[in-house]
Parts: sequence; C-alpha cells; structure tokens
Amino acid sequence: MNVKAYSKDQLLTWYETMYRMRRFEEEVFEFYKQGLMPGLAHLYLGEEAVATGVCSALNDNDFIGSTHRGHGHLIARGADIRRMMAEILGKVDGYSRGKGGSMHIMAMDKGILGANGIVGGEIPIATGAAYTSKYKKTGQVAVSFFGDGGSNEGTFHESINMAAAWDLPIIYVLENNLYGISVDTRDVTNTPDLADRAIGYGIPGVIVDGMDVMAVYEAAKTAVERARSGAGPTLIECKTYRWQGHHVGDPATYRKRRSETEKEDWMARCPVDCTRAEILAAKKAKVSDLEALEAAVNKEIAEAVNFAKESPYPDVSEAFEAIYTE
Amino acid sequence: MKELTYAQAICEALDEEMERDENVVTLGEDIGFIGGNFKTSVGLLEKYGDLRVKDTPISEAGFVGMGVGMALTGLRPVIELMFSDFLLVAADQVINQAAKIRYMSGGQATVPMVIRTPIGAGRSSAAQHSQSMQAMVAQFPGLIIALPSTAQEAKGLLKTAIRDNNPVIFFEHKMEYNRKYQIDDVVEPIPFGKANIVREGKDITIVATSSLVMKSQEAAEKLEKEGISAEVIDLRTIVPLDFNTILESVKKTGKLIVADEAHERCGVGAEIGFQIMENAFYYLDAPVGRVNTPNVPLPFSPSLEFPIIPSVDKIYEKAVELVK
Repeated sequence: MNVKAYSKDQLLTWYETMYRMRRFEEEVFEFYKQGLMPGLAHLYLGEEAVATGVCSALNDNDFIGSTHRGHGHLIARGADIRRMMAEILGKVDGYSRGKGGSMHIMAMDKGILGANGIVGGEIPIATGAAYTSKYKKTGQVAVSFFGDGGSNEGTFHESINMAAAWDLPIIYVLENNLYGISVDTRDVTNTPDLADRAIGYGIPGVIVDGMDVMAVYEAAKTAVERARSGAGPTLIECKTYRWQGHHVGDPATYRKRRSETEKEDWMARCPVDCTRAEILAAKKAKVSDLEALEAAVNKEIAEAVNFAKESPYPDVSEAFEAIYTE
Repeated sequence: MKELTYAQAICEALDEEMERDENVVTLGEDIGFIGGNFKTSVGLLEKYGDLRVKDTPISEAGFVGMGVGMALTGLRPVIELMFSDFLLVAADQVINQAAKIRYMSGGQATVPMVIRTPIGAGRSSAAQHSQSMQAMVAQFPGLIIALPSTAQEAKGLLKTAIRDNNPVIFFEHKMEYNRKYQIDDVVEPIPFGKANIVREGKDITIVATSSLVMKSQEAAEKLEKEGISAEVIDLRTIVPLDFNTILESVKKTGKLIVADEAHERCGVGAEIGFQIMENAFYYLDAPVGRVNTPNVPLPFSPSLEFPIIPSVDKIYEKAVELVK
C-alpha cells in the first residue's frame, strides 16, 4: 500500500467506508444467527477494498450494477444503510418495501441499478446504462461488478464484446474471490488470471491486488478516465477472498482442500486492519482520529440496526403493489 | 386511407415514435443496414443514425439486457428479436430482470422497454423458428403481452407499447409482414386491455389473437352462409386481459371458441375457458372450444405443417360442432 501518496482526508474516507461495510456485515451476520433474518444473505466480509477503491473513483451521478454479494457495493455508493438493513429483514422501510431482500436492493437515487440474484444477470444491464450515457452524452460512466462465477456466464462475453465494439463508458470489475459456492475457479477455468480475457475483446485487462484499496483505486481511476474520454471499457480483475461461506448459512469447509490455512492466510491481509495499520505507521492520522471515526460509524450502525428492527413488516397488500406502473 | 404492408405499418410506427421522442432507440440483429430481416425498420438507420438504430451482434441475452439497462436510465429501447423462439435465449433478461425489476425495487424503477418479435408457423421454418411464445410469457407478472392483428392494429398498438412505461412483449405475426392492408392516414395509439369486437354476432363468440383474428372473420363469413351468426373479438392484449368484453359476449351467445396459435396445453384458451367456467358457467350452452397448434413441435415439411396449424376451416368446423 502506497499510503504516503494520499491525503489524510482521502485515506480516512477509504478507511471509514471499509469499516462501515465491515460493521454492517457483522451485524447482518448477527441478524442471521439470532434468527431475525428471513432467508439468507451473501456477505462481503474480506472484499471491502474492492468496492471502496472502485467507487471512490466515481462521480455521484455515475451508475453501478451489483450482485447477490452486493452490500459492500451499495455502501460504497452511499446507499442509506438504515433502509438496506430494513430490507434485509423484510421490513416495510426497506429499499424495496420488503419485496426484494438482500439480493435485490436497488437505490436509483444513487445510480445503483440493483443487486441481482442471477449470476451475470446485471452485466448487460450496467452495459445498457453505459449505452444511455453515450447516447445522451452525459459523461456518466457505469461500473459492472461481478465475480469469477459471473465471468463464466455468457452475458459476460456478450456484454464486454458489445461495449468494446462501441466504446461504451463502462468498467467491468471482476471480483475474483476464488469460489462459486463450493466450486474452485481454478478447477473450472484454465487460466489463472481472468483479466487475460480482455485480450479477446481488444480492451485493457488489469490485475489488481483486491486487498489493497489504493491499488484498486488507481486501476479504477485509470479505467474511469479511459471510459469518460470515450476510449471504451476496461476489465479489472481484483484478486480477493470472501471470509465467510457463499452465504451466511454456509460453513465453507470446502476451502481446505488446497491449503489448510487458505482462509487464515487471506484474513491476515484484512483490508480494514491493514489499511488502519498503514495509516498509523505512516503517521497520516492519529489513533484518536481513527477511534473517533470508528465510534461514529458504530453509532450509525447501531441506529440502523434499531431502525430495521423497529420498522414494521409490510401489510400483505404490499405483495400486490408495484407490479405494473401507469 | 392508404395501402401499406403490415411490415411497413410497423416501420411507420417506429419512425413516428422516434420522431416524437428522442429517447426512443431501437436495436437488434440486422435491423440497421438492411432494414430488418422482415423489413420492419427500412430507412431508419439512414434517418436516425447508428447510435439510435443499432445493428447488434448475435447476443440476444446481451442486447436484451442492455435494453433493460437503457430503460432503467432514461431511454425507451425497442428491441427486435428476429424470431420469438429467441426469447428463450434471452429469457433471464426478459423474465427474471425486465418483468421483475419494478417489483423487486419496491416501485423505484420502471422498465419502459418493448421487445418486438414475430410468432407463427407457415414458412417451413421448423421447430426453432415457428413457435408462438405468447402463452408462455403470459405466465410472468410484470410483462404486458400484445398481439396485433392487422397493419392498422400493429401501428396503433406499437405506438402504445413504446409510450407505455412497462416492459411490453409485442408479438407480430410473420405471415402478415408482406400482406397489404388499407390503413388510416393517421393512426392514434390503441389502448391496451381493450378488446375489439371486429364482428358482431349472436350465436357464438370467437375470441382470437394475432392473424387468427382475420382467419376467424373469414370463418364467420362462411358460418353466416350456414345461418350461424358469429361474434369475433380481437383480444389485442392477453396481459392485460379484457375479460369483461368476452364475458358480455358469451352471456349473449352462450358459446365460445378461443383461437390462438400457441400450443394448446396451458394456453390462452385454457385460461379464458377456465375464467368463463368460473364466471359464466350457467350462460354456456356448449363446452368451450379451442383452436390451437396441437402439442407437437412445429414440423418442417408443408405436408406436415399446414394440416396441424390453426386455419379458417378449423375455426369454422369447431363453430359448427358447437352450434349444431
């Protein structure tokens, strides 16, 4: 991490965003353990540097498309964490009034075109947002987040092929966390670096350490500049790791087959803790600065948890609303 | 009045809507340079440029999904799928995405997108280019399902589809494209969910979709010679369904045939027939009849294809059977 190159403000903003994601997901996990959560959720724990780095390179009016593991992306774009939590609990104050849940949180006012329950389903949708930007000459860019799993769907190929052919302003961010539920990407793909696929589309393919928020930011910044200038898309592969299983109910025992310590090795590179340590080591901020920031986030998270718990469940009549519009 | 083919009428609707609203953009396979596989977008590329009339690669899931993203962000994309069979290639984007995004977002988002795509057999196109997919997609809440009959209907209903803020699957009939029609010089949008009684009658009601509306009218003329007065209703949209118009007609005639080219099983006829059973059981003088494609894949050879698909004679014979 090249902490010295950045201002205190920038570093603290990154740290705060990652810390907020971390605390958010810890509380979501608690919801599950306490039996408060209907269904399941897919946690972003361990991958915080990716969404944080990428989204910090965006403007407020840019678009993102997200995935089933979307909480981190949404927080990085400034979605209201109270409404996110309420949605995860199926409450009426949730973003979807309890009709979408964790996998379908959308915040149109933040340019968030939606988390998505279908792997690879959002890649062409984000690409369409980039088409709108090009057509309307708005200067907006789109980011499509997806995983190693999504990169094996046909929509990955179809979308990037079109975006490259037409120089659409989009950044494809491949979060390679090595597993599609239990299946090891290395067992189902013959190339270790999925960014190499960019060669086939005639666009840049960049490999980034997805645990390093600054490295992710730098790659995203270059890609965003390229997209905004009209030069077309970039594929960024972020090497990362999800700490928990595929979802909150998955113990993920399958990950020991290559190495007994695979998870621990990745956790030692925790993006939140490592960024904190680097900021302090470089004397960019004081411990008290960080503690104050953490206390503020903890308070915000506690309020969001309460808000979600206290929000009522929707009346059954809500099930019949918002199917069609006038 | 003027003479236009069904394809030209569609082209005019696209042109007039693109002229009216710069957010209307159309994309699909071969729609630009050659003006569409069925010539439904001739001249649009030259007039509006290649960012508004976009020839796509053969990537149905990709460009239908792009249409969803375009619709979410302020455009009104009109996507052409060259054959309705290809809906299955793009099914996730149509059914899991476009149809559900408004609902899943709690009403935050709208998807004002039209998918234009031809149905129907009769060209020896065999089992992957002849299907009628309207009943299948009608299963999924969130979609509007329109099936224009004539050129005038196609023009008016397509204008409505483009102005509608919901995702619309607009099924054209490929055997109609080259047929000439007299149509009004100015065609206004035709509202969805209002069936059209194209012929009044008192002995039997024939509810039909798409090109079977014209076949039902021909059958009704033959029936008249036999002294049978048939009422023919053009359904126009199966979602929303104008059940009330059907109900009132059946209360009058006591007999009903539903003619739709999709496979018989779980089809439009099954749905309407069941609703009639629920709502007008004591008005019926005969069982509800259906004219559909039987539950077999569409075969290639004309000697196999024509005998099995719905025809004027089949509608006529079914009516005689019910009225006799």
